[in-house]
Amino acid sequence: MKSKFQPDENGYFGQFGGAFIPELLHPNVKELADNYIQIIESEEFQTEYKSLLKDFVGRPTPLYLAKRLSKKYGATIYLKREDLNHTGAHKVNNTVGQILIAKKLGKTKVIAETGAGQHGVATATVCALMNMECTVFMGEKDIVRQAPNVARMKMLGAKIVAATSGSKTLKDATNEAIRYWIQHPETFYLIGSVVGPAPHPDMVARLQAIISEEMKWQLKEKTGKENPDTIIACVGGGSNAAGAFYHYLEDEDVELIAVEAAGLGVKSGESAATSQLGEVGIIHGSKTILMQDEYGQIVEPYSISAGLDYPGVGPLHAFLYESKRAKFMNATDKEALDAAYELTKIEGIIPALETAHALAVLPKIDFKKDQVVVINLSGRGDKDLEIYIKYLEA
Amino acid sequence: MNSIQELFQKKDKNLLSIYFTSGYPKLDDTARIIQKLSKSTVDFIEVGLPYSDPLADGPTIQDSSQKALENGINLDVIFQQLMPLKETNKTPLVLMGYLNQLLKYGEEKFCQKVVDCGIDTLIIPDLPMVEFENHYQELFDNYGLTNVFLITPHTSEDRIRKIDSYSKAFIYVVASASITGAKGAISNNQISYFERIKSMNLKSRLIVGFGISDKSTFNTACNYANGAIIGSAFIKDLGINGVDRIDDFIQPIIS
Repeated sequence: MKSKFQPDENGYFGQFGGAFIPELLHPNVKELADNYIQIIESEEFQTEYKSLLKDFVGRPTPLYLAKRLSKKYGATIYLKREDLNHTGAHKVNNTVGQILIAKKLGKTKVIAETGAGQHGVATATVCALMNMECTVFMGEKDIVRQAPNVARMKMLGAKIVAATSGSKTLKDATNEAIRYWIQHPETFYLIGSVVGPAPHPDMVARLQAIISEEMKWQLKEKTGKENPDTIIACVGGGSNAAGAFYHYLEDEDVELIAVEAAGLGVKSGESAATSQLGEVGIIHGSKTILMQDEYGQIVEPYSISAGLDYPGVGPLHAFLYESKRAKFMNATDKEALDAAYELTKIEGIIPALETAHALAVLPKIDFKKDQVVVINLSGRGDKDLEIYIKYLEA
Repeated sequence: MNSIQELFQKKDKNLLSIYFTSGYPKLDDTARIIQKLSKSTVDFIEVGLPYSDPLADGPTIQDSSQKALENGINLDVIFQQLMPLKETNKTPLVLMGYLNQLLKYGEEKFCQKVVDCGIDTLIIPDLPMVEFENHYQELFDNYGLTNVFLITPHTSEDRIRKIDSYSKAFIYVVASASITGAKGAISNNQISYFERIKSMNLKSRLIVGFGISDKSTFNTACNYANGAIIGSAFIKDLGINGVDRIDDFIQPIIS
């Protein structure tokens, strides 16, 4: 029997998902829906994907026992080091996979949206590798707050288009990417998270699943058991969490914790904690939980972290929230910044601001002695230095 | 019978439809704009329901929607503005909005309000056919409402035939691979697409939209379809010349 965590034939996880797209995108989405599973499961794809992950990306990423962090919180804490991937985050797992799918479908032009710029960099990187034309849509506000990634994308040969509508962040970059896609249906939309119309959420989750696939054998080696007690990951759209949870979804004894960005506080009016503030609705072609007003107008979110500054969440996560399979927690800007400094000082690892939100819930959890916890360390913090330094000086 | 279908019985060539964003340029302009368009003998009117994230719309309609939302427009205000027109307005109205608006407002409540306003036709660009078949067809039928489907240069023949069978008002022929507000003359590629659709001998009437902006593009579209819709070009003009000069925009197109 098919797992309840796999989408049905119309791309639904429970009541969430689907493909709410203008007619013009129907052929593109259908082409992908008809082919993606077959392509991903083919030996040819698997060989090339695994080979690139190993030699180009640098996988497997280490599962590191963070001794001082463990001691501080009274648990056995492992860090899944996605920050050590080429380009500095988990995003590249997905872009390597999707560029191979694009190639298989005969596409030569790629578009992508980006928030923190990590997905934009990862897309520009694989486009350089595969000699494809790359256009990245990025909110005007994010272009300013993630300048180092903008420079990297440019050096990699990508064209950057500023999204100037709405809140000028990830939501608007995604709107502009979809509008461009409507006008250029020959392009491949290399989406960066487990969002968008079906089959994108499932496709991205399958490509990020390598994270939990490795966690299983790495934990077995280190602890004798494949399953930890708890997995913690941050959630904007939810791609790193989807990857870290994927192979554990059916193992109900593994506690899954998704951490959203609370911004200045969940109830402050300046937040991106979608599960706490959202209701069922449609965003970017998918029925999910989203932040909206009483008339269905999408509310502009806020977080210090560009990668989590999104008013929706992928449909799989909406389903995990509703079905209570995952526990949803949140962390404010300040809690995330403090957590980033803590990890830096006691483990020598500067995490991305997004990742810092996952670390920030450690003080809020009452751990049992010997509880085995894996935190998905989704990205490194080089891109966030300006914000970190400003915080230190303040 | 559907109000647009009824209209086709009286006239089925060179129909001009105008799209406008409710609540723009001013919150209370909705009724006046409809009255002016009626007086200028526009055949039917699309009332846009402003949305924060209109994926199928270009900058002009995005901006007017944003402005309208800032003016304080919402579905309750729109229904209040449309309700009194039920008795006096003789030009058929069509509502155009995004599915999330309907979902959040409450699907049944939305449909009832639409019916109360004497409107029977909806255009929801992000409502895909499969969702229509699985749920909305029955809902809309219960309220006597009709959904207008869009077809594009990339819609397959099978799919067009299916859309034809579901269409009770008209088929919205999207003129090119584009969002609203496309510019310029109609290309040879577009002509051959229009010819292809025309030669399919569909039962539904065809109305062309997206990229129709003036007399020339309107006339070209009308050679292959029953009429055409002008949206962004009208909104732009409204922004510059205001509600009082609406007839100056319409007359050159229909004369």
